[in-house]
Amino acid sequence: MAGLAPIAEADRNAAGTAALSELEKRLLDEYQHGFPLSPRPYRDIARQIDSDETTVIAALDRLTRAGLISRVGAVVTPHKAGWSTLAAMAVPPRRLEQVADLVSSYPEVNHNYERAHRLNLWFVVTGTDVLHVRSVLKAIEARSGLAVLDLPLVEAYRLDLGFPLQWD
Amino acid sequence: MGLNATDLRLIAAIQDGLPLDPRPYARVAEATGLSEREVISRLGRLAEVGVIRRFGVVVHHHELGYRANAMVVWDVPDAEIGEAGRRLAGLPFVSLCYRRPRHLPDWPYNLFCMIHGRDRGAVEALVEEASAAAGLSGRPRDLLFSRRRFKQRGARYAPSAPRLRKAG
Repeated sequence: MAGLAPIAEADRNAAGTAALSELEKRLLDEYQHGFPLSPRPYRDIARQIDSDETTVIAALDRLTRAGLISRVGAVVTPHKAGWSTLAAMAVPPRRLEQVADLVSSYPEVNHNYERAHRLNLWFVVTGTDVLHVRSVLKAIEARSGLAVLDLPLVEAYRLDLGFPLQWD
Repeated sequence: MGLNATDLRLIAAIQDGLPLDPRPYARVAEATGLSEREVISRLGRLAEVGVIRRFGVVVHHHELGYRANAMVVWDVPDAEIGEAGRRLAGLPFVSLCYRRPRHLPDWPYNLFCMIHGRDRGAVEALVEEASAAAGLSGRPRDLLFSRRRFKQRGARYAPSAPRLRKAG
């Protein structure tokens, strides 16, 4: 997976979506769902959008390296395979980077954001089961000396269904 | 439905994304000790039963020009939250919408959604629209804009995924 640049750097580097080819836009728009489950999926996509397999693979590789896509793959429904939670901490501003680094160091943490609020650090922890996830939260509490709020999903009204893009 | 160890191994093997190789499922098969045909049929079944929510390109909003994102939260009476959640979920610009527990006194909110926009003003306008559409205009609410992204990638369902050989 391509490394994700810090946001400021991503903004500086971004060529902008204006630089995207029609082929790349179609890949981003039309293949957030329904990626072919066939032995040669990139060839099958190429046939659907009037391209060729090598070009499709190269375009997806470029989009990944440019950081526009995270991956081609599966988004798993929460709590169907394992357990996850949204966690929040109120971190004193001068300790924020240190605590954020501690949180990010756990492979179980997949998203970790600073948000503008008294509870200023928000992260998602995913593990094999609820005990695994709670053990990570407890370890973060112990190592940071700060409380962690555990806010697991109770009911999903809308899951990740992909994102309709507007190209201006 | 119950997931067996093979399903979990397969999900873990693709958690960083499908290889950008003409035969991606054959590469996953090599890494998991399954056949290519079995990889494809199992992924199809996991999607059919809803363990896999969607299968395809996973985009990075920020890099695609959606520079502002807010976690929007409301405190909604328990009896009304289902209706409000379903209405929010029907709006095209709401990407995730979940009920989570309150955590009093630190955290009074129980309805969460994510709204992405080109800039802060665009997100604020969408929040007003969402509040009105879901009958939440008078409810206590907060917007938590993201400031720094410390980490963002797909969830890990196994501590160490079987290694996929890099596509040549």
